[in-house]
Amino acid sequence: MQPLLSQACWDTLYMVGWSTLIAVVGGLPLGVLLVLTDRGGLLQNVVANKVVGQVVNVARSMPFIILMVALMTFTRAITGTTIGREAAIVPLAIGAIPFFARLVETAVREVDGGLVEAVQSMGGNTWTIVRKVLVPESLPSLISSTTTTIVALIGYSAMAGTVGAGGLGDIAIRYGYQRFETQLMWITVAILAVVISLIQFAGDYAARSLHRRAGQSGPGPRLRLLKASTATSKTV
Amino acid sequence: MITTSGLTKIYRAHRSRGREVTALDGVDLHVREGEVYGVIGQSGAGKSSLIRCVNLLERPTAGTVTVAGQDLTALAGRGPRAGRELRQARSRIGMVFQHFNLLSSRTVQDNVELPLEILGKSGKERSAKALELLDLVGLADKAKAYPAQLSGGQKQRVGIARALAGDPKVLLSDEATSALDPETTRSILQLLRDLNRQLGLTVLLITHEMNVVKSICDSAALMERGRIVESGTVGELLATPGSELAAALFPVDGEATGTDRTVVDVTFQGEAATQPVISQLSRTYNIDISILGAAIDTVGGLQVGRMRIELPGRYEDNVVPIGFLREQGLQIDVLGQEPVLLREGAK
Ligand SMILES: Nc1ncnc2c1ncn2[C@@H]1O[C@H](COP(=O)(O)OP(=O)(O)OP(=O)(O)O)[C@@H](O)[C@H]1O
Ligand SMILES: [Mg+2]
Repeated sequence: MQPLLSQACWDTLYMVGWSTLIAVVGGLPLGVLLVLTDRGGLLQNVVANKVVGQVVNVARSMPFIILMVALMTFTRAITGTTIGREAAIVPLAIGAIPFFARLVETAVREVDGGLVEAVQSMGGNTWTIVRKVLVPESLPSLISSTTTTIVALIGYSAMAGTVGAGGLGDIAIRYGYQRFETQLMWITVAILAVVISLIQFAGDYAARSLHRRAGQSGPGPRLRLLKASTATSKTV
Repeated sequence: MITTSGLTKIYRAHRSRGREVTALDGVDLHVREGEVYGVIGQSGAGKSSLIRCVNLLERPTAGTVTVAGQDLTALAGRGPRAGRELRQARSRIGMVFQHFNLLSSRTVQDNVELPLEILGKSGKERSAKALELLDLVGLADKAKAYPAQLSGGQKQRVGIARALAGDPKVLLSDEATSALDPETTRSILQLLRDLNRQLGLTVLLITHEMNVVKSICDSAALMERGRIVESGTVGELLATPGSELAAALFPVDGEATGTDRTVVDVTFQGEAATQPVISQLSRTYNIDISILGAAIDTVGGLQVGRMRIELPGRYEDNVVPIGFLREQGLQIDVLGQEPVLLREGAK
C-alpha cells in the first residue's frame, strides 16, 4: 500500500508540475498579449484580440474529459502514446494554458496605467513596459493565479487518471470506486487535502509578502490601463 | 525651448459616433530656455492634454511640437506606436506626475535607475547616478526603501529624481503638487525652483493652484476650453490691464461702499510708489479717496503692489482723475468697466 500511494503521489506531482510549467510559459505571454492587443492597448489589434479571446474562451470552457479525448491524436503525435503520465501532460497543459491566460489577463489589467505612461515618458518601448512594469507589478496576482492553476490541475489530473495516467485520482477510482476499498480512498482524499492546502498556503504566503512590500492590502484600485478603453483618438 | 503651434487635440468617443471633444483648440505656446512656465486653468480646460502632447504621450490631431529645436511631431510617424527616434527624444524630457507613478515592485533606488536601464547604462553608472540624484533631492537615506514606505512628498521627490536621471533639459510636471498638503507643496516647489536654477532646467508645469504660479513661475498662461487666453511673463501679465491672471495672482479685496462710487485697482511694480500720486490726485481734483484694500507681494520674483481705491461718483464723473492716474504710468483697472480696446490691444 505504501509504495502504491507514494508512486501515485509522485505521478500526480509529475503531471501537475510539468503541465503547470507549460501553462505558465504559454499562458503568460498569451494573457499579456490579450491585454496589449485590446482596444486602446499598446499593440492594439482588435481582430487578433477577438480571435484569440474567442479561442481562449472556448478552450477554457471545454470539459476536460472531452478535451482529453479530442486531443488524443495530437497527444500521440507528441508523446507516441495516449496512456500514462507523459501522455496526460499534453491535454492538462493545453487545458491550463487558456485558463491561466485569462487569469494573467485580469492580473495585468489591474496594473495602474500611470506606470505604463511613466515608462513611455522615459522612452521605454512596449517590451520594456512588459518586462519592467506589467509583469513585476502584477507579480503578486500572477502568483495567486499560478496557485489557482495548480489546484485546478490537480483536479484535472485525477480525471486523467481514468485513462491510465496513474496518480492519486487513479487510485481513488480503481480502489475506492471499483473495489470499494474505502480506507485507501479516504487516505487519498486526505493526501489531496493536505497537498492542496500546502500549495494554497505557500502561494498565498508568497503573494501576500510581495503585496505587503508593495504596500497594498489587496489588489490595487482598478485604474484604466493604457488609455480609456472606450476612446480612441485621431492622429495626424 | 518648447514651442507648440496650432496644437489641436480632438478626442473621439469610440462608440458614440460623432461625439467629439476638442481638448486643445489651436494652442500656441512658447517656453523659453531656463524658465519656469506655468499653465493654469480650470478642470477640463485641456491642461493635461497639452502637456501630454508635448512629449507625444498623446498624439495631437493637428499642429506641431518642437522641443529643444527638434520637431517631435515629425518623429512621431504614422502608427500609434512610438518609434525609436521619438523614444530617444522622450528620454531627454523628464516628466513628473500627480500620482507619482512609482513602481511599487522596485526600491526607491531602482525606480530612479529605471530610465538609465532604458538608456542602456551599466549597473555601476546607474547606481552612482541614482544615488547622486537621491542626494540632490534629499533622500539619500531612503535608497533601499520601497515607495509604499514613503510619504507623499518623499514619493514626489523620488519622482523628480527619476525624471532627472536622463539629464533632461526639459521637465514636464502635470499637477505634481496637487496630491500634497500645503507645507509639502511648498518644499516640492522650492526643489523645482532650485533645480531650475542649479541645472538650468526648463520647467513646464500644469496646475490649478494660483499659488504654484505665484511662487515659482517666471511666465504663465491661462487656459480656457482648449485655448490659451492669456500668456506672458509674470511682469507682462501684471502690466496688462484687465488680465484675469494678474488679478488672480495678486488679488485685492474691498467692496464699493455705495452704488454711486467708482472702484479702481492701481497696480505698481518695483520702485513706483502710489502714495504721493494718490494724495496728488486728491489735492488736484479735490476729491475724497478711500482706500478699500492694499497689498504688496512678491510674484515670480517681482515686487508688486496693488491698491484698491474708491472715488466718489460714477465712472463718467471720474474720467479725468482716472486719466490722471494713467498718465502717472500706473496700471489702472476700473472695476465693472471692461477696458475693451486695451484688452484687445494686449492680446
Ligand atoms: N482620453 C480621453 N478621451 C476622451 N476625452 C478626453 C480624454 N482625455 C481628456 N479628455 C477630455 O478632454 C478635455 C480636457 O481634458 P484634460 O484632462 O486635458 O483637462 P485638464 O485641464 O487637465 O483638467 P483637470 O484639471 O481636471 O486635470 C476634457 O473635456 C476631457 O473630458
Ligand atoms: Mg489634468
